[in-house]
Amino acid sequence: MSAALLVAALRDPQTVLVLDAGDWTGLLAAARAEVLLGTLAHRLDGLAMPESARRVLGDARAVAEQGRVAALWEAEMARRALAATGMPVVLLKGTAFVAAGLSAGVGRQIGDLDILVLRERIEEAEALLLAAGWEWVKPDPYDDAYYRRWMHELPPLIHRDRDRMIDVHHTILPLTARITPDAAALIASGVSLKNGLLVLPPEGMIVHAAAHLFADGDLAGGLRNLWDIRCLIDEFGGEDFALKLAVCSAHHGLSHEVERSLRLSAALFGDGAALTLTDRLFVRRLLSRDGWGRRTRKGTEFAFYLRGHWLRMPPLMLARHLWTKWRMGHSSA
Amino acid sequence: MRHSTMLRIGPVGFRVGSDWRAPIAALDDLYRDYPQPQDGIPDFNVCLFAARPWRRCVRPSVHIGGDFVLPDAAPLPLAQGLLAAEMAMNLQMALGQQRYLLLHASTVEKDGKALLMTGESGSGKSTLAALLMARGWRLMGDEFALVDATTGRVHAFPRLISLKNEAIGVMRGVLPDARWGPLLEGTPKGTIRHLVPDARAIAAMDMPAVPTLLLFPGFGFAAAEREVLRSECFVRLTQASTNYVTMGETGFDALTRFVREVPARAIDYPDTESAIAMVERLWEEFA
Repeated sequence: MSAALLVAALRDPQTVLVLDAGDWTGLLAAARAEVLLGTLAHRLDGLAMPESARRVLGDARAVAEQGRVAALWEAEMARRALAATGMPVVLLKGTAFVAAGLSAGVGRQIGDLDILVLRERIEEAEALLLAAGWEWVKPDPYDDAYYRRWMHELPPLIHRDRDRMIDVHHTILPLTARITPDAAALIASGVSLKNGLLVLPPEGMIVHAAAHLFADGDLAGGLRNLWDIRCLIDEFGGEDFALKLAVCSAHHGLSHEVERSLRLSAALFGDGAALTLTDRLFVRRLLSRDGWGRRTRKGTEFAFYLRGHWLRMPPLMLARHLWTKWRMGHSSA
Repeated sequence: MRHSTMLRIGPVGFRVGSDWRAPIAALDDLYRDYPQPQDGIPDFNVCLFAARPWRRCVRPSVHIGGDFVLPDAAPLPLAQGLLAAEMAMNLQMALGQQRYLLLHASTVEKDGKALLMTGESGSGKSTLAALLMARGWRLMGDEFALVDATTGRVHAFPRLISLKNEAIGVMRGVLPDARWGPLLEGTPKGTIRHLVPDARAIAAMDMPAVPTLLLFPGFGFAAAEREVLRSECFVRLTQASTNYVTMGETGFDALTRFVREVPARAIDYPDTESAIAMVERLWEEFA
C-alpha cells in the first residue's frame, strides 16, 4: 500500500531514509495520485535521498510555486470582476491557504478557484463574472438546472482566455444534504486580507474541510484534506482554539464530521487517536492505493461513492438523479 | 500491473506497466539498448490497462493512463499496444514535464550544435530527422526537443522514430539494416512503423547541444525559403509547446531566449532530396 508510505513520510520525514528504489517509486506515485507531491517535496526538503527522487521533488516544488502565483492571480482577477459591487467575497480551500500564507498552502497544488458569496447576491456575481470573460462549462440543461436548484454552487465557469475554472459557492454543502450549515455566519466570520478579499478563520476552514470530506462526496482527495486540517491544527491549535472549533462546528451542525476529521488527521498525521470502527473503514478507503498510485479495493470505493450520493440527496431524488444520469450516459454512447 | 518494464529516454525515466505481456515485450525488445532510470526511480509511470477485467481477453482494448491522464483518450486495439505505450509516454511528457520547455520538434546534432525542425503533423519532421540520421547526423529526437530553462541548451529525447505511411518505405530503402518495430496498420494516423534510433543516438543521449538553427519545413510545395521573424517564431513556438503555459514565467524566459538566439527559416520542398540539400546548405550558412 503505497499511500501508507506517503502518510508515514508526511508524518515523519525521517522514514524515507530507509526506503529502497521500489519504495520511492511507490511513494512518488501515491503522492502524485493524492495531489500531495509538492507538499511532500517541502516536507522532505534537506533530507538525504537518491538524486532522481530529489530531482522529481525539486520539479514538484517549482510546479507548486508556479501554481501558487497562478492561483493568486486568478483570485485577483475575480476580485477585480466583483470589486465594484462591494459584496463580500470569501476565498476557500487552497487559494485561501496561500493567500493567507498558511502552512497548509506550502507546496499545495491548487486546481480551481473556489469562492463563497452571499446567496442573495449570487446572480449579481454570476453576471459580472460572465461579463469579465468566464463561460459555462456544462452545456447540458439537466446538469445546469440541477446545479441551480440543488447545489451549493453555480455550475462551474471557465475563463475563456486563461482556461481556469471558478466555483462560485453560496454555502458549503448541497441544498439537498441533511445538514444545512449557516452560510451567512461563515461569510460574516471572514477575515479580511490586504486586498479586501476574505478568508475563513481557521476554525471555519476546518469546518469547511470536514464538511467537504465527510458530509459530501466520496472521499476523493481525502488525504489532502486531512493534511490541510493537520496543518491548521498545528498552526492554531490549543485549548482556546479547540473550544472555538467546537462552538463553530456545533453552530453549523457539523460536530460529528469535525470530530471525525480531527481523529483521522491525528491518527494519520499526528500522535494517533482512538478510532471507531467506522473511522477504520475510512482509513481503509483513504490508504487504498497500489504501487502504481491506482485505487485498489473497488468494492470499498463503490460503497463510498454510494455513501456520498446517499448523504447528498433524499432517497427518491437520488433514484431519479442516478436514473437520469444513467440514461444520459447511454444515449450519448 | 501484471507486466512492467523500466527505461530511460534522454534525461527522463519511465516505468511502463501493462495488463498484457505483448506491449511490454515489444518495448523490451526495441528499447533493449537503452539504460534504466537513474537510481531505479522513474520520473513518470505509464499504465496500459483494460477498462473492464474481461476486456483483457475479449476484444482487448488498451486504455492509456499513468501519472497524468487525458479523460477522453480513446483506447487502441491490443495489436497497436506498442503505439499505445509510445503515446502514453508522450502524454506523460506533454502533461507532466515542467523541468524542460517542450517543443514539438525533431532534432539532430552535429559538432555539439542542434538543428530543430518543427511543424504540423505531416510536415515531414520525422522523415527528415531519420534521413539526416542516415547521413551521419546524431538523432536527438523526432517528437520533443527539451529546452533547458537555465542553460538554454537542448536535451535529447530519442525515443523510437515514428514513421507514417509512405515514409516507412522510403526509410526502409535508406536504412536497410536498421531495426524496426511491427507494422501497425489502421491506426488513427494511418500505417505506422517505429524505427529504432542508431547506436550513436542512444550512446550520446545524455549530451545536450546548443540550439543553432530552427526550420519550419513544409512538404509538397515548390522549393522555397524565407526568413521567419522573431515575432512569428515566438507565436508559432508557443503553439508548438505543450507546456509553455503551465511553466509560466520560466517558460516565457526560456522561449524568449530561444527565439532571440536561434535563427529561423521556413523551407518548402517538393521531395526529400531537395529538402536535404536545402537543410545542409542552410546549415553551412548558420552553424
